[in-house]
Amino acid sequence: MSRGQMLPALRPEKFRGWAAGGLATAMVLFLLIPFIGLIWRTLTLDGDAALNEPSIFSSLILSLGTTAITVALIVLFGTPLAFFLARNQFPFKRLVTLLIDIPIVMPPVVAGLALLSAFGRRGLIGQTLANLDITITFTAAAVVLAQLFVSSPFYIRAAQSSFESLPREYEDAAAVDGADRWTTFWYVILPQSARALLAGLILSWARALGEFGATILFAGNLQGRTQTMPLLVYGALERDLRVTFITALILLGMAIAAFALTRWLAGVDDTDGDS
Amino acid sequence: MIFSVGRILIILLLLTGCNRGNRADNQRELTVFAAASLTDAFLALAESFEAQNPDVQIILNFAGSSQLAAQLREGAPADLFASANPAQMQAVIAAGQVEPGSETEFATNQLTLVVPQDNPAEIAAFEDLARPNVGLILAVEGVPIRQYTDQILASMPGEFQDSFYANLLSEEDNVRQVLAKIALGEADAGIVYTSDITPDLDQEVREIAIPTGQNVVAAYSIAPLADTADSELSQRFINFVLSPAGQDILMSWGFGPKP
Repeated sequence: MSRGQMLPALRPEKFRGWAAGGLATAMVLFLLIPFIGLIWRTLTLDGDAALNEPSIFSSLILSLGTTAITVALIVLFGTPLAFFLARNQFPFKRLVTLLIDIPIVMPPVVAGLALLSAFGRRGLIGQTLANLDITITFTAAAVVLAQLFVSSPFYIRAAQSSFESLPREYEDAAAVDGADRWTTFWYVILPQSARALLAGLILSWARALGEFGATILFAGNLQGRTQTMPLLVYGALERDLRVTFITALILLGMAIAAFALTRWLAGVDDTDGDS
Repeated sequence: MIFSVGRILIILLLLTGCNRGNRADNQRELTVFAAASLTDAFLALAESFEAQNPDVQIILNFAGSSQLAAQLREGAPADLFASANPAQMQAVIAAGQVEPGSETEFATNQLTLVVPQDNPAEIAAFEDLARPNVGLILAVEGVPIRQYTDQILASMPGEFQDSFYANLLSEEDNVRQVLAKIALGEADAGIVYTSDITPDLDQEVREIAIPTGQNVVAAYSIAPLADTADSELSQRFINFVLSPAGQDILMSWGFGPKP
């Protein structure tokens, strides 16, 4: 066989393979290099480590505290909502589901503006609250509300689809055995959905932990009160680069740990060979 | 298939490509990093300068001087830096981005109290800011307006300082963010420059003057960046800012003349 005959058949095939491989590699590098850059800048910073800088500690405590409350509120209010959505058909259900999901795609700074319009001193509800001497803006409560708003849809979505995937027969069987709805939910549904709920919750937590735009607009920025870790990363950039980079790395480490945990939870029952 | 992908890539590269590449050769660009408080004045200065120099396009980047200084230290490309205080100009000089001695003071400013139009906390004077239950917004440390505010506070009794700072609700990025939070009515009082209270904001906020004896003078300086791509044009813009026409524009936006 001469070369001339092979080329037309092989070349485009090979070229496409190389091109696809090249594009894929470029994408991987693009996603990877910023991480390496972040770690490299942190390791090569001049001066002493700033780990003992009080703003890092206070923002870490604030971030952990507010996200813990957020997560608790998500479970408390989100679980019944997800269950209701999974088990009931009603008019405009699709619209309601869509509205709940909007914060996922909403630009965070717009979410902040929306929260301000609702709970700010001149806001829809905030006005009434102000008359009762209750202020939310610029408090840790505002930090929690901002996190709750942007992160709860992740959990609600995960919980709803988990509830929907459970066969109704379990509930019917439990009902036949005389269990009331609450008992059925607590002893039959919850144990079977627990892993999916936890995975959704960790995703919500990670989103809440990284919340920036809505927080800085709605809760402001004050060390020890509303300055969470992402706000410190941004704020310290012009003051102390070491604080910025160290806080950024801590934040990144926490997010990666959370992500690994959700992957592990998802992989426990359907291991796909490579884990 | 792959050829159409290639075509899309080329189009994308053209669309996002370096903005000097697809510009006419005779067009000159000047990137100016200016303090947030200079927003209105520099927009007007740029418009007037561009009218006089049709081949020039001015690109303005406004933020707190401390934020701009941080961006410049990280190597952000710019031709000019206009800082609201000497400290942030010095920070850029210390980083080697501006030649020492090439900075020029070009305007002054004064501080003022600002409250929402309905003045919910009934603030009448600076002394009221230390009263309990007054919600105060300041800029964050490092931002020039905060440095000037701290300077005023330093001359007050320690007890007053403590109650004043205890009223702090939030520390903003730059002076315009302070003003925005007051205009939204979310806090009782803030401290900004007199020039910040532009006619557009008359409906939202009210100014309460700080007496001259108590007030401080803010000094603005401008300098070309050491690696400016067009030092002749940079110098021409500085000369325009210092010229009577440039000074008139600054004064029309509430700034004081260069010292």
